[in-house]
Amino acid sequence: MKNKSLLSINDYSKEEHIQILDHAEKFEKKPIQNLLNGYVIATLFFEPSTRTRLSFESAISRLGGRVIGFADSSSSSVSKGETLKDTILTVSNYADLIVMRHPKEGSARYASEVSPVPIINAGDGANQHPTQCLLDMYSIRKTQGTLNDIKIAFVGDLKYGRTVHSLVIALCNFNTEFHFVSPPSLKLPNSIKRHIKKNNLSFQEYYELDNILPIADIIYMTRIQQERFSDPIEYERVKNVYKLTPDLIENTKENMKIMHPLPRVNEIVESVDESSKAYYFTQALNGVYVRQALLTSILGKI
Amino acid sequence: MIKENKTRKELIVSAIDNGTVIDHIPAKSLFQVIKILNLEGFENQVLFGTNLDSKKYQKKALIKVRNKFFKIDEINKIALVAPTATIIVIKNYDVIEKIDIEIPDQIINLVKCFNPNCITNHEKIPTKFIVIDKDELQVQCHYCEKIMEKEEIVFL
Repeated sequence: MKNKSLLSINDYSKEEHIQILDHAEKFEKKPIQNLLNGYVIATLFFEPSTRTRLSFESAISRLGGRVIGFADSSSSSVSKGETLKDTILTVSNYADLIVMRHPKEGSARYASEVSPVPIINAGDGANQHPTQCLLDMYSIRKTQGTLNDIKIAFVGDLKYGRTVHSLVIALCNFNTEFHFVSPPSLKLPNSIKRHIKKNNLSFQEYYELDNILPIADIIYMTRIQQERFSDPIEYERVKNVYKLTPDLIENTKENMKIMHPLPRVNEIVESVDESSKAYYFTQALNGVYVRQALLTSILGKI
Repeated sequence: MIKENKTRKELIVSAIDNGTVIDHIPAKSLFQVIKILNLEGFENQVLFGTNLDSKKYQKKALIKVRNKFFKIDEINKIALVAPTATIIVIKNYDVIEKIDIEIPDQIINLVKCFNPNCITNHEKIPTKFIVIDKDELQVQCHYCEKIMEKEEIVFL
């Protein structure tokens, strides 16, 4: 993995995914390790994402590395009209690795083609967010003891949710049983379904949540955005169909965990947070270990 | 009857002594093929005809380029608009070789990404597409990873 940019979850093999997760486990046991002492890492956030940026910066700091960069493009020379290429070429003079988030799809891959230093994609528009995918995989493995043969239900906006697409593709390597719960207008795209079939795996689609609750090992909730609906009545209906409440999770498996890429709005009511099955905040913490594992792997320090 | 048609065709687009004939181009794609192969800037003799009768395809176009022998990668670029085309290599008025067009694995700097939010529509970057289905002609943008169907393909 040394010097290998991570732009899309497919850039790394199944074995490399597992290797990152194994390393992340070690960082969870011992988060403070001075492996990146003397390294400078740039975090270039052309659009703001406080959660992801802080998670990366926390990972870098715990490894003894230094961070340079910007939190939104208004404070960089992008606002003066500089091209992405020029920004990347300049910053690569100052940093050993670049973490970037950018509103345009494909921006990270393009950056990796012009940059002499490796790039980690921290989100390119609606396209990819591979470190989210790795932390989701880590969370599943940690709570279920394995990544193999998991029954997972994805709920909500399965059409536009990039985290769902990446995770489905990554889990196709692990004999996963997929269940997709969504309104008809927000179903999983055909290209992703084709990928599942190509891997000889099966999936089922549902409109309602009820049937899937008792059998799922993981319930992966996503936020449904109002602006995705042309019909406001349909939105109101769907909004309440996909609302997890303490009652609903009563008859779920003992090992079941609720995941969510956050931020949540109303699809998980706050009283669910008390349940031991609510995992979404720990899931976010796991992101720091996974990013530590990724940074040290790419920089060849582990 | 057929022979007569053939003679007339040869009158319309006369024979070349040496060079390449691109036959069986769908009539509506002629000008796109000319553009893709950049024949406008050519100094050699270029002859073309369109809306010609074709046994196989009803209306076809053909192009004859004198003293030009295309490389296979170069000619395969027209596969997106003229998958039915046949390339005929002529030397001393004789047919030396007939080659069917093949859809390439990658399409470089020929097609525009249909995704308005793709980085290639915002910075000066040569576009690059991976052909993921040659029968249905589906292509995936190397950058934004969106998949375009045949009908969505727009040339640069």
